[in-house]
Amino acid sequence: MAIAASEFIDQLGKLLGDTEVLSEAEDLIPYSFDGTAALKQKPWCVVFPRSTDEVAACVQLAAKHQVSIVTRGSGTGLSGGSVPLTGSMVLCLVKLDRIIEVDAENLTLRAQCGVITKEIDDAAAKHGLFYPPDPGSMKISTIGGNVAENSGGLRGLKYGVTRDYVMGMTVVLPSGEVVWLGNKCVKDVAGYSLKDLFVGSEGTLGIITEVLLKLLPRPMARRTMLAMYDTMEEAAETVSAIIAAKIIPCTLEFLDQMTLKCVEDYSKIGLPTDVAALLLMETDGHPAAVEDEANRMLDIAKKHGAREVKMAKDDAEGARLAAARRNAFSALARMKPTTILEDVTVPRSELVKMVRFIRETAEKHKLLIGTFGHMGDGNLHPTFLTNEKDTEEMHRVEIALGEIVDKTLELGGTVTGEHGVGLAKKAFLRQQFGEGSYQLLRTIKFALDPQKLLNPGKIFD
Amino acid sequence: MAANKNMLLKKLDYSILQQCMHCGMCLPTCPTYMETKRERNSPRGRISLMRAIADDEMELSASFADEMYYCLGCLACVTACPAGVDYVELFESARADAESSEVQGHGMRDFWRWLTLEVLFMRPRLLRSLGMVLRWYQQMGLEHMVRKLKLTMILPKKLRDLEPQTPQMARSFSNELIDEIESPTGSKKYRVALLTGCVQDLVFSNINRDTVDVLLANGCEVVTPSVQYCCGSLHGHNGAPHLARELARRQLDMFDVGSLDAIITNAGGCGSHLKHYGHLLQDDAVYAGRAAQWDAKVKDIHEWLVEIGFRKPTSGCGTVSATYHESCHLCHGQKITSQPRSILSSIPGLKVTELPESNWCCGSAGIYNITQPEQSAKLLKRKVEHIDSTSAETVVTSNPGCHMQLVNGLLSKPESSCHKVSQPVTLLAEAYRNEVSSPL
Ligand SMILES: Cc1cc2nc3c(=O)[nH]c(=O)nc-3n(C[C@H](O)[C@H](O)[C@H](O)COP(=O)(O)OP(=O)(O)OC[C@H]3O[C@@H](n4cnc5c(N)ncnc54)[C@H](O)[C@@H]3O)c2cc1C
Ligand code: SF4
Ligand code: SF4
Repeated sequence: MAIAASEFIDQLGKLLGDTEVLSEAEDLIPYSFDGTAALKQKPWCVVFPRSTDEVAACVQLAAKHQVSIVTRGSGTGLSGGSVPLTGSMVLCLVKLDRIIEVDAENLTLRAQCGVITKEIDDAAAKHGLFYPPDPGSMKISTIGGNVAENSGGLRGLKYGVTRDYVMGMTVVLPSGEVVWLGNKCVKDVAGYSLKDLFVGSEGTLGIITEVLLKLLPRPMARRTMLAMYDTMEEAAETVSAIIAAKIIPCTLEFLDQMTLKCVEDYSKIGLPTDVAALLLMETDGHPAAVEDEANRMLDIAKKHGAREVKMAKDDAEGARLAAARRNAFSALARMKPTTILEDVTVPRSELVKMVRFIRETAEKHKLLIGTFGHMGDGNLHPTFLTNEKDTEEMHRVEIALGEIVDKTLELGGTVTGEHGVGLAKKAFLRQQFGEGSYQLLRTIKFALDPQKLLNPGKIFD
Repeated sequence: MAANKNMLLKKLDYSILQQCMHCGMCLPTCPTYMETKRERNSPRGRISLMRAIADDEMELSASFADEMYYCLGCLACVTACPAGVDYVELFESARADAESSEVQGHGMRDFWRWLTLEVLFMRPRLLRSLGMVLRWYQQMGLEHMVRKLKLTMILPKKLRDLEPQTPQMARSFSNELIDEIESPTGSKKYRVALLTGCVQDLVFSNINRDTVDVLLANGCEVVTPSVQYCCGSLHGHNGAPHLARELARRQLDMFDVGSLDAIITNAGGCGSHLKHYGHLLQDDAVYAGRAAQWDAKVKDIHEWLVEIGFRKPTSGCGTVSATYHESCHLCHGQKITSQPRSILSSIPGLKVTELPESNWCCGSAGIYNITQPEQSAKLLKRKVEHIDSTSAETVVTSNPGCHMQLVNGLLSKPESSCHKVSQPVTLLAEAYRNEVSSPL
């Protein structure tokens, strides 16, 4: 960057108004991290544009002066995606927070990127519609962040992930040019599916300022139940058996004993803490189908060793259980000062092996690992409970982490199912991709962003 | 330079600072963050600034001190935080450091702090005398006259803006309404003490009377010393921990804790502080043990009534419909949420409608409405709109600060169907009284 900080900040102030540009230490320190452990770096400045045009103007100014840009939603990312680099401008998009349209005829919703995920579903619900992706962070994550990370949620098994709901978007390119990609059509094969290029691009290819989302009719009924197990393997076997029985429940979430204890300690809703594993299962849809599926799932769980299966008595109780599960990750932080969360995902048939391997790895390296995750998706979150100040233990964590990654790849899995590569998984990407596909990633990035202005150093160097 | 080794933030057990894993789950519950959408105005942003100071990455600046006073101390973040971050400890330490480093300058601010924290709220008799003067001034119609003649123009701007919010002093203070010992007419099942509070005593002594009546009706003998000290919450929250400790010791000296089944508080803000004397005095060789015993006996009135299985009234309370606003320090500080609602729903004929965002701060927040009038007014407006949406005729709360704030809020919306502010104990006491006058 060739321009002096004060000069650049002055010019930003002229574009957005002085109150929308932050540059004091007390303002910047709170933007030096996201939800990822042990990553911290102060930006140069933080700006709050309020429209696509303002975003484009900021990008043009930054491009002119070669200032790198880190896009940020609510900063709940778990791979360090919105952790800034020194000398970068944080483009914080939380003030682009308008829902523009709910189209009940075409079942679509159009919103600015800073709208909170839960508000999208609330707005859909007012029309009897449904926006299924529900990441644990949905009360605060932004839809732009969800699209940029291709976030999953608790309902992924039946309803898929964010990508499955993105029909179109407005993107500001690294040059500052604005493009619209996609439309309201159910079918569309005109040209490459460019919108898909930006889903999961982690702020490295363009800035998504508006999204057009697909909605579904809201399911008429749902049943939630809890199955309790003495071993983690039995829980994993139940999941495989349910899927083999051709049932696709919306939710099959897993929590181990350590996670259960922490979640119960916080939410106090009467979760059992003396079991090795718990499955939170939910089916939704037509009332008759829901009833039938719920009963069959209950039978399968019992057959596979569930000590007890409890049905939620009503929707409110079901919602409370799901809400408690959403707190799992943060609740684990009750145990130790540092919480390092993994995101390994394997084909569902390999779940039992993976779960067992994680447990053995924890024992071998004498580490505390709490595991929970979206078992129906084969997506596990083994979480190391440690202390970043204890260098000796952190060393063991690193070794264990490497072993878990190796095993995941050996089982045909991926190092990240939903949190993205960012900074946290960068080191493992080449190993997973292999040389050819890794180079393809770089080719795409540098074709779109030759000046390397957008989120440099994320995904790869 | 302000970075002295004695700062509480530096001496704090570091794991308290590390406990925040910056997940952001607290953000949507923080009124200041939701207003500005800026991280420094959020719980995790504030904690990151505190940590930066502890880590010597940043000096304690005036801007940091301002931030700590922009925080409402409403503790909504504590309820929301799954990781169990002890925000109370962090926030009180940060404010104390802000004060001891004197970054906010001197002048009028110092004078008002000295007058309130070190003089008035340390000396209960003096505070009451001031209350008496104010009462006389209000009763003689002088207040009305001064306002009419615009004599308030001689006050500095800030005070002038606040003057209309001066609370109406009660006709009698608690000691004029409550005997030092009152016994139930029927069998005596418990012996409890009542803490009359400071503002509560001067402005809402009738609520203290109602509290005693409700306790008597439930078999409690009530001990109410006529002169009581401030609980020290004002000092604890405003960066004066040494004074908070001194007041806690005086409070402990006032009671023979062993002879009591419970120590009752009816002000959410005081209760939240009163339950933590053990922690406050943990390093005090003489008082630590008694303080821990004290903590176990302090009960919020609603908590106590539900615990002892209070008698359900058989008459109504004269109020038809109500909605309940939760005091932050009752619901977030003490986690008491269902009990006041149980009391309200026990009253025959009273229709209770849930208030949207019932646990969102009303902007009173101790002396926040004085120190941060703008943000306070925004919160009050939001609150009053929600109250109005319930169509209830009365809004019920359980903290003197909230009570006064809501009274002022409703004045600004005369077209609303809600005209009255009351408290659960008052409605319950009213219902009990109606049993006698018109037995079913
Ligand atoms: C408690 C907790 C639970 C979670 N649960 C889940 C879960 O169940 N499933 C899941 O998938 N994730 C989960 N996450 C991770 C995280 O919430 C998601 O990745 C979320 O999508 C991030 O949204 P955000 O608005 O916070 O984005 P940020 O963290 O601010 O940004 C994330 C990335 O997206 C980029 N970005 C943000 N907005 C835009 C935009 N408009 N245009 C271009 N790039 C952009 C940023 O540069 C960054 O690389 C959880 C996180 C927490 C803390
Ligand atoms: S205070 Fe708690 S909820 Fe808020 S960011 Fe920190 S850990 Fe998360
Ligand atoms: S106490 Fe209230 S205002 Fe302060 S950080 Fe917590 S939620 Fe926000």
